[in-house]
Amino acid sequence: MATVLKVDNVRKSFSLGLIPKKKEILKGISFEVAQGEIFGYLGPNGAGKTTTLKCVLGLIYPDAGTIELWGMPHLALKAKARVGFLPENPYFYDYLTGEEFLDFYGQLFSLSRTDRRERVAGLLKLVDMTRAAGLQLRKYSRGMLQRIGLAQALINNPSFVALDEPMGGLDPLGRKEFRDIIVRLRDEGKTVLLSSHILQDIEMICTRVAIVLEGRVVSQGALRDLISQKILFTEVEVAGLPESELHSFGDCLSASSGRTLLKIHREDLVDGALSHILSRRGKVLSLIPRTQTLEDLFVDIVKKE
Amino acid sequence: MRIRVIAFNTFKEAIRDRILYLLLFFAGTSILLSRILALLTVGDRVKIIKDVGLASISLFGALMAILIGTGLVYKEIDKKTIFTLMSKPLHRYEFVLGKFFGLVLTLFLMLAAMSLIFMALVFLHTWRFEPQLLLAIAFIFFEFVLITAAAILFSCFSTPILSALFSLSFYIIGHFSWSLETLLRKLRPGPTRVLGQALYTLIPDLENFNFKTEVVHGLPLPAGMLAYSLLYGTLYTLFILTLAVIIFRKRDFL
Repeated sequence: MATVLKVDNVRKSFSLGLIPKKKEILKGISFEVAQGEIFGYLGPNGAGKTTTLKCVLGLIYPDAGTIELWGMPHLALKAKARVGFLPENPYFYDYLTGEEFLDFYGQLFSLSRTDRRERVAGLLKLVDMTRAAGLQLRKYSRGMLQRIGLAQALINNPSFVALDEPMGGLDPLGRKEFRDIIVRLRDEGKTVLLSSHILQDIEMICTRVAIVLEGRVVSQGALRDLISQKILFTEVEVAGLPESELHSFGDCLSASSGRTLLKIHREDLVDGALSHILSRRGKVLSLIPRTQTLEDLFVDIVKKE
Repeated sequence: MRIRVIAFNTFKEAIRDRILYLLLFFAGTSILLSRILALLTVGDRVKIIKDVGLASISLFGALMAILIGTGLVYKEIDKKTIFTLMSKPLHRYEFVLGKFFGLVLTLFLMLAAMSLIFMALVFLHTWRFEPQLLLAIAFIFFEFVLITAAAILFSCFSTPILSALFSLSFYIIGHFSWSLETLLRKLRPGPTRVLGQALYTLIPDLENFNFKTEVVHGLPLPAGMLAYSLLYGTLYTLFILTLAVIIFRKRDFL
């Protein structure tokens, strides 16, 4: 797969405060995003995710290192013309209506009036904002701003889309719709860089991830390689048996209304536990083998670091 | 093309600013009040109307340029609207120039509105159209252009309040720097004079755009003087805008 974005050893420091004190935010960030993938860029608050994205988009200048988009310097207008960006907590011109706002960005890409009209209508439909097209942005809720923000990021039909915490401020339904749109973008052949600390979203849709911590990429690769497929434990929900009969198989996490949640740590004990429950005329309500999640991996890495 | 897009958006933003209409209202009132002032004055009443009218246009237009111009770039950074804008294929100089032309366009319309009130008032007193007044107004506009450039320069690196203070100082110094030139003429050649000369070259001389007295009193206006003022305004505006672009190009948007 061709490389779309290459970030190589990027460093950035800021001098803030009345008596300027230099603080290194990025300490040599390197990663690559390949054509057609959804790349998750994750880390805790203050890890340097937004700073990295701002470097990529030319909003701040790195002190050292190089950033390339399709092999071109990232500040080249030719490269920027193929990029879409949704910043974290997007702030827009609140005196414009949703339609005017998208039209304004369309003009920056020198789209013709007809193209803009078509593109704006299509995007408003995509983000489900057609009903609010004539409303000034100052009357939009946070979720609506997020939606119109995504639409502006797509106005130029970009090949590469960078999204900074795109699901913040959205309700569960909105988050699902956003995830679906992102997957659709990938299916259309676009490349997506998704920066977030909502691990479930990343785990659901990303193919590869980089975990950034205190300005360094501490782990990166394909999700399936990073997350162990080994079963960590099995959760069995049992009914019709007293808790005392299950202790020998594992930990009883909760017991109420005749139901017990049993956590079996050893895989070889699962069959024995099931046979015992059935022989004692108990009922197995559910059985869930738990493998490592991105959250487990993330917590492990953060603790280690 | 992109400069035009930014300029029209800036224009849209500026004309929705209430402060603009407040200043326009005061300017209109001030021009109309010149009629009352003329009644209380002994002498040529029309001259008083012209004098006060042109001074009102000059003062309130400059205030418009300062109060709106000083917030233009800063607001984009402070409200973080710059994030989406500068991630688009847009050179930073295009952004600064777009902001500049957007405000210049706004000021042009405001000046046109103020001039209309003023010219109508003069017409009601003289029953004739006086085109030389438009010449004075045109040079007031060149002064606005320069003040706009200065306001945008200050807005590139400081808060609106500080920028407004800097711009106001620029305006005041600009109208009194001629006294430095007068002083320099009286000085003997030497290092002090050279230093003074350098300082005078650097600070603005907004009196170069002031042809109110000549127009009101019907004095001759040599073409050379007008051409010099025009050239001075163009070069000084270019100098200030270049500084603004250099500063803005180096900025990180946090």
